[in-house]
Amino acid sequence: MKELICICCPQGCHLFVDEENDFAVTGNSCERGAEYGRTESMAPVRVLTSTVTCEGGAISRCPVKTKDAIPKGKIWEAEALVKQTSIKAPVQIGQVVIADIAGSGVDLIATKEIGALK
Amino acid sequence: MYDLIIIGGGPAGLAAAKAAWDKGLTKILIVERNWELGGILNQCIHNGFGLHHFKEELTGPEYAARYIDEVEKTGVEVRLDTMVLDIRQTERKEDGLPVYEIPMAGKECGYTCELTKSVVLAMGCRERPRGGVVIPGTRPAGVFTAGAAQRYVNIDGYMPGKRVVILGSGDIGLIMARRMTLEGAKVLACVELMPYSSGLNRNIVQCLNDYDIPLYLSHTVTEIRGEKRVEQVVVSEVGPDRKPIPGTEMVFDCDTLLLSVGLIPENELTQGAGIEIDRRTKGAFVYENMETSLPGIFACGNVCHVHDLVDFVSDESERAGASAADYVLKKKAVSEAAPVVTKNGDGATYIVPQRIRPENVEKFVKLFFRVGRIFPKADIVLTSAGNEIARFHKKFLAPGEMQNIVVTKEVLSKATEELLLTVEEIVETEVGA
Amino acid sequence: METFDVAVIGCGVSGAAIAYELSKYDLRTVILEKENDVATGATKANSGIMHAGFDPKPGSLMARLNVRGSALAREVCRKLDVPYKECGAMVVAFSEEEKEILERLYRQGEENGVKNQEILTGEEARKMEPNLSEEVIWALLENDSAIVSPWEFALALAETAVKNGAKLLLNREVVGLKEETGTWQIETKIAEGALLQKDDTKETSFTAKVVINAAGLNAEFLHDAVLPHRFKTRPKRGQYYLLDKIEGTRVSRTIFQAPTGRGKGVLVSPTVHGNLIVGPNSEDVIGNDTATSWDGLDKVNEAAKKSVPSIDFSQNIRNFSGVRARTDEDDFVLERHGSYIDAAGICSPGLSSALAIGEYVTELFAQWAEETKTAFAKKETFIDERKKVRFKELNAEEKEALIQKDPAYAHVVCRCETITEGEIRDAFDTPIPPVSLDGIKRRTGTGMGRCQGGFCGPQIAQILAKELDIPETKVLQELTGSEILTGGMADRAQQETPEGGREYV
Repeated sequence: MKELICICCPQGCHLFVDEENDFAVTGNSCERGAEYGRTESMAPVRVLTSTVTCEGGAISRCPVKTKDAIPKGKIWEAEALVKQTSIKAPVQIGQVVIADIAGSGVDLIATKEIGALK
Repeated sequence: MYDLIIIGGGPAGLAAAKAAWDKGLTKILIVERNWELGGILNQCIHNGFGLHHFKEELTGPEYAARYIDEVEKTGVEVRLDTMVLDIRQTERKEDGLPVYEIPMAGKECGYTCELTKSVVLAMGCRERPRGGVVIPGTRPAGVFTAGAAQRYVNIDGYMPGKRVVILGSGDIGLIMARRMTLEGAKVLACVELMPYSSGLNRNIVQCLNDYDIPLYLSHTVTEIRGEKRVEQVVVSEVGPDRKPIPGTEMVFDCDTLLLSVGLIPENELTQGAGIEIDRRTKGAFVYENMETSLPGIFACGNVCHVHDLVDFVSDESERAGASAADYVLKKKAVSEAAPVVTKNGDGATYIVPQRIRPENVEKFVKLFFRVGRIFPKADIVLTSAGNEIARFHKKFLAPGEMQNIVVTKEVLSKATEELLLTVEEIVETEVGA
Repeated sequence: METFDVAVIGCGVSGAAIAYELSKYDLRTVILEKENDVATGATKANSGIMHAGFDPKPGSLMARLNVRGSALAREVCRKLDVPYKECGAMVVAFSEEEKEILERLYRQGEENGVKNQEILTGEEARKMEPNLSEEVIWALLENDSAIVSPWEFALALAETAVKNGAKLLLNREVVGLKEETGTWQIETKIAEGALLQKDDTKETSFTAKVVINAAGLNAEFLHDAVLPHRFKTRPKRGQYYLLDKIEGTRVSRTIFQAPTGRGKGVLVSPTVHGNLIVGPNSEDVIGNDTATSWDGLDKVNEAAKKSVPSIDFSQNIRNFSGVRARTDEDDFVLERHGSYIDAAGICSPGLSSALAIGEYVTELFAQWAEETKTAFAKKETFIDERKKVRFKELNAEEKEALIQKDPAYAHVVCRCETITEGEIRDAFDTPIPPVSLDGIKRRTGTGMGRCQGGFCGPQIAQILAKELDIPETKVLQELTGSEILTGGMADRAQQETPEGGREYV
């Protein structure tokens, strides 16, 4: 039995997920909670946000995010790649910075437009 | 002569500008002190913004960009790198409206004074410093507000510490716990004075629990040690009176203490202009249309009262911008009647708006308020002159989350002079057994 | 090895005032300061008051120098553009017994030469200070005392001394002092990693004909290194609250309580920067222990509310404490032993007395000069002025003209206090440029407001790095070793993932 705090709403239900019984959820107040409990127990995912070095732009850090949530277990691997990455201005919002980051099938994209320094 | 000058180009100012433009104002100026628009969103690179407003999860810079793009499509003028120094009333009238004089200093415009018929205050807020919570001990380097640390990491690209303790479990503190961890720091603890966190559950799970960072509720930092750089902080448990309990001290070896201990509306200009300030919100008293005690001056966003979600800042600021347009275009009659004054009673710590002119309310007015403690279930009760005029059932009220109720014109018509809002806890009694 | 006529050791307000006075004479003067800036000890952490002088015992050096020093400060602060405001003071009494103390102070004041004193009833006092407690039944009013920016006062004196030829060497801790054939051999040590001034030659050995000990808390050690033991330092710590400008008008004068124990007790006062200062307590500490404590702050809070119950402590923006270099003497120790002069035990009213201490020590120096038939004459020209741009105090036309001359004044960096980039740049163009964030704060007022540098800190760190030509990671909060940042992102690619990466189940 696994215990989780539901993050769907401010209520913060204490969920109990029975891994041996097809991830059955108890302690939830609504269906969304049951869904969250199942996903979070079976294959938790997170969006990673960070910054990469940006050369030749008005600012030196470019904020980035994974376009979708990636498996939680790949966060550190993805962040290690982010740390080694440098891009050149100009940068567009949504521009792919690292494709298929850490084999997650999800792209890392820029979240800010950065103009090139003249 | 401008129709509207908006002070601050963060989420509040941008939304106000867009709304005022859409309502038909054409001479609008945004004055922003930074080199770019977007305000504090620029350093909030994490996601979670826009769920209410855009129905999707955006990062801070993305949320800002949505509004910046909208404003760029309009004819709204923007002055960057420019600081408003004062708001002055003049003797002049234009179209029967009082004219305000706004002196400002900027890299491009130098020192200039602009005249305007209306003003939207959208200066945002600042973080409470160490003195605001009185932490005894030495005064070494390594004590940062969470927002300052966030700027160092996300904008400047520097690390403010390697071993970190965070005081305060508001969302900025939680977000920085994860951010510093991802950047290679060891976050030893997040310490919260109250018996509950003021941050969102989602942030406790994703920022603390994901990275095994312990959260100490009902604890506080009672001493900072270290001569030149923080070397240790002492954390103590607090009793129900929130005073440290002797003998509960834990010592953390760390080089950094981040403070996430509250935000205060930035009202230097507001006060200078002689606008009445509410000691509860620490922002201006506002009417139902976000107008302050000075006619034609509106306030919205964190300068008015501190919000927890930017989506609500945008909504409120759109109302303020639209109201400024109505004011300048004289779409609403100026009322001479005494307003209904809203008062926070038991369980509530403040209400915005503080004053309502019923004849200015079209269909309804939203009352925004905060509760003083956690209520699993409660009724929000509105009374006027001793009579209950409305009752709203609510679940899970916490001080960290701004609440709102919709008061219809009909309900409002039952209010005379004063509208009192109280929170009545509903205690569940076990049935059967 | 550089040779000087006189070496002043320590550059707090006493050392600065002595150097200021000596720089009026044709002398080669050196000031040796162990920290990376002037005024980093008790000078930056006190009440900032130029006392009228009714408190010290008549006939003491303190009494004489306080009254004289406060009188001199009025003119010097004007000339050297030091924030200074005559606001007067009240000493309040809560009982008839305490009224007797007021009467004693009144007589002492008369003897010490304080003018403009008056004893008021509680009613009369509350008319002038409406927020005084109803419990106040008598008050001693005095109109001559003033509030001042203590660190700017010391800085202005030190800068003026430097402009007039004195040499200030920062980061010089005196580690050896001995007299050989009529001259003093002074050995100093530069702390590892110290940020030196641009023109610093890194020289550490000096000789001087006369040594003046203005080393504050370290004065006893210095004295004992060369002479038989004479005084014992008994450091006294005082803790303070500094409240937001919203509270700055809670009182318009400095409010003291009738002194019953040691020291002048807890005061409530406006500061020259517009805040409200509350403190200090008085407690024995070992060495320069400037921490604050629950206990001490609680006592200050309680005592202050006795005089002014309505103080809103939720408006607190900063706590600090200063350690005063009291000795077991009841007075300042200003003595000459041959070619060695002590300016020690300068506790309160040291700030008020500073200029008079400068004069007094200069007289002691003159005695030595006469004894040794050394030439000692005033310079023909003495630069006795200093002017600073304070953007927020200018009127519209002045602001416009200034910005036209230099657009850096249009860039407001510190928004709480309205301090511009131009003013920060100006600080680097002074005789004693800053090397730390706090150094800039003392010179310009940045970070002194209600956000305490939360917003402008990172920006000022950038400016400082650029001006000093150092990486931003080397920027100091204040003293050597107080780096603000622990690393840059540039090197983060080499970082190891903590604990070799985290496994998730």
